[in-house]
Amino acid sequence: LQHRALPGTLSADNLAECPVTKARACDLILPHSAVSTPVFMPVGTQGTLKGITVDQLDGLGCQICLGNTYHLGMRPGPDLIEKANGLHGFMNWKKNLLTDSGGFQMVSLVELSEVNEEGVKFKSPYDGKEILLSPEKSISIQNSLGSDIMMQLDDVVSSTVTGPRVEEAMHRSIRWLDRCIAANKNPDKQNLFAIIQGGLNADLRKACLDEMTQRNVPGFAIGGLSGGEEKDDFWRMVTLSTDHLPREKPRYLMGVGYAVDLVVCVALGCDMFDCVFPTRTARFGSALVPWGSLQVKHKQYAKDFQPIDPDCPCPTCKRHSRAYLHALFKSDTSAMHHITIHNIAYQLTLMRSVRQSIVDGRFPEFIRSFMKQMFPSPDQYPSWAVDALASVNVTLE
Amino acid sequence: MAGSRIKLELSRVVQGESRLGVLKGLGRTGQHCLEVPGCLLYSHLGTVPHLTQDTLHTLKNIPAVTQVTLSSVAEHQEVLQEFKGGFKKFAGLHDTVVYCSLHDPAALCPPGYTTNKTVSVWGSGGRIELTVAKFMAIQKTIQPDWYQSMADGETWQSNTSRKRLRKSVDRTLAHLDECLTIHQNSQDLQGVEVFGVVEGGDILEERARSARETAKRPVAGFCLDGFQTGSMDQTLRTQLIKAIAKELPEDKPRLLQGVGRPDEVLACVEAGVDLFEGFFPFQVTERGCALSFSFDISLDPERAVLELNDDETCRAGEGQPNGEVTDGDQTQMTSFEINLKDKRYHDDFRPLVEGCGCYCCVNHQRAYLHHLLVTNELLAGVLLMIHNTAHYIGFFSTLREALANDKLDLLKRR
Repeated sequence: LQHRALPGTLSADNLAECPVTKARACDLILPHSAVSTPVFMPVGTQGTLKGITVDQLDGLGCQICLGNTYHLGMRPGPDLIEKANGLHGFMNWKKNLLTDSGGFQMVSLVELSEVNEEGVKFKSPYDGKEILLSPEKSISIQNSLGSDIMMQLDDVVSSTVTGPRVEEAMHRSIRWLDRCIAANKNPDKQNLFAIIQGGLNADLRKACLDEMTQRNVPGFAIGGLSGGEEKDDFWRMVTLSTDHLPREKPRYLMGVGYAVDLVVCVALGCDMFDCVFPTRTARFGSALVPWGSLQVKHKQYAKDFQPIDPDCPCPTCKRHSRAYLHALFKSDTSAMHHITIHNIAYQLTLMRSVRQSIVDGRFPEFIRSFMKQMFPSPDQYPSWAVDALASVNVTLE
Repeated sequence: MAGSRIKLELSRVVQGESRLGVLKGLGRTGQHCLEVPGCLLYSHLGTVPHLTQDTLHTLKNIPAVTQVTLSSVAEHQEVLQEFKGGFKKFAGLHDTVVYCSLHDPAALCPPGYTTNKTVSVWGSGGRIELTVAKFMAIQKTIQPDWYQSMADGETWQSNTSRKRLRKSVDRTLAHLDECLTIHQNSQDLQGVEVFGVVEGGDILEERARSARETAKRPVAGFCLDGFQTGSMDQTLRTQLIKAIAKELPEDKPRLLQGVGRPDEVLACVEAGVDLFEGFFPFQVTERGCALSFSFDISLDPERAVLELNDDETCRAGEGQPNGEVTDGDQTQMTSFEINLKDKRYHDDFRPLVEGCGCYCCVNHQRAYLHHLLVTNELLAGVLLMIHNTAHYIGFFSTLREALANDKLDLLKRR
């Protein structure tokens, strides 16, 4: 066991590295609890995980989840949350929290006024007032939220954008990183992560990596991906990034949550992931299973008296059948909660299995059997996944 | 039908009317019991609204009887038929007694769809028309522990004619007789109990007749229908219930449908009601409110008055009528609750109710609930349902305690 103290308050106990792929498994010691990696972090946008109590979340084994700076910064606002003893106190979550910078919502949610060196100017959707989200403001809000891991404000550009804007955003993100580091009031209690940008351009990404890895931050996120770009480009940027990120610091791939993507990106060297997909899709009645997904609201399940997954130990599968959940969707919102619980359990169980297989030195076998379960036949394996895995010495049939 | 296994053991009868006791012999094996006066656990298709088993079981003293409604179950008749195991198993309800009612007390039915031979319920896919034959066929697939007989209760509108009311009594008795015949000849319904339904609207003679006639049938207890909140004022309701009670055997339970407000519950207990449907906490939850009325009868009276005033000034500012419900609108906020969407709770870090031991009050604050409501978060419903149910259960517990110790007056003052 190697114990490495990182800058900030995060330390990583390295447990294992896969001898075949670039996968790693370790324990991140964060202020509120240890987090076993690889880890999937459910997203609790507005200080709550859509219908699930913190006890239920804890009961599923979740050690870290997300809150959104943009949403919480708007409602109820950083001052109120600070009065409530931070986001931990406000939502009564005793384990770890990661907050994003608010930057992504700028691009995806609001009517943008302007992005300049100062920050991101936008119109509040609640009262129409113009607000400036600067690196300093973002960090200030996150300081009030008191999250264990904070993200720098980056100049976010959609992965489908090309041209000089991408380069401009990459350079600006570096400058904003430095401003974020300077603005952090709680370096002893909160870990500020950098976010590698550069779009789908290998040179730009490399330049960004070279610069940002010179800063003394406790961890790095790989940003600007998972936004609708081609998967062939996506995985190449991920693996390029992990090739140039320091070994002893955690790598957080933002916005990745589909099971196949998780498994492949762990093989490419990523440790942490977040995505709204599992919890969002649950509310539409879509249950995640090792062979894909199951649309519980669909007629075909009306008389299906098995649980969603007979092998799943989650509270939903232990007690309820597909047929009952199908019927319940017509009667009560709790149907969504049942699926949400199951989907979180699925994601966390998947990551636990991934981790164990790395620790046991059998990750490549795990990958092969995972893919076999997920796809009816080898010719249905997504080609990008086959290529990506081949790049780290795992050949599928 | 052989003698009912359900037995009501009364320990006290106060002033010849209010009854305190235990309903025993519930469930197929007869091992469950329910204290009366008490409430049933309200459910949508067997699930307490918003809650899963984990969140439900943070509650202590959950009522032993869960109410399911034909309005939620009827459309799944085919599924239950194929399942063959009965509703309880289908819903994953392991250790509860299931009572099946016709209608959902929290959802008013559109009038005008009852005929001599049919009543209608509304499922998610629309109206389902029930003859007694179909009604009983569904009961066979549900296999509840007890159910109310099919009834014509479409009399809750004001100005229902005497002729119409008489018809409702006659039809309901006819339905009951038909139900009982099918029931007695059914292997599937062995061990299942039937409650007769007392109708008659607001006419004393019809109410008495309905009660008298229903009592002649071999039923295990009585549902009192047509008294839903908003259909009549409490004085009339009390008068009618007392008249009904005179015609009913003392040792069989009386379940009042559609009444859940604490003040009305109190008055109806005094008139001789034993059981209530537990839908009120759900209604309070759906309007984003938390039950907060005090029912602590051990409080120092002086201090108690001060506490009540504090909450009242809060509510007075909102211009809400005190406990009044206008025009049968069941969705209007009452004086028993606080409206957490109100801006004043934005930075109120107290629990919903000081001293309430429920999961919500132990773990969360008003400011957080306010935030969840303002941002339309699903967790608001979960936490409020837990608190409101806990508070309501506590109220009934205190109600029984007050009856046991002659402290009913203290409770009425709250």
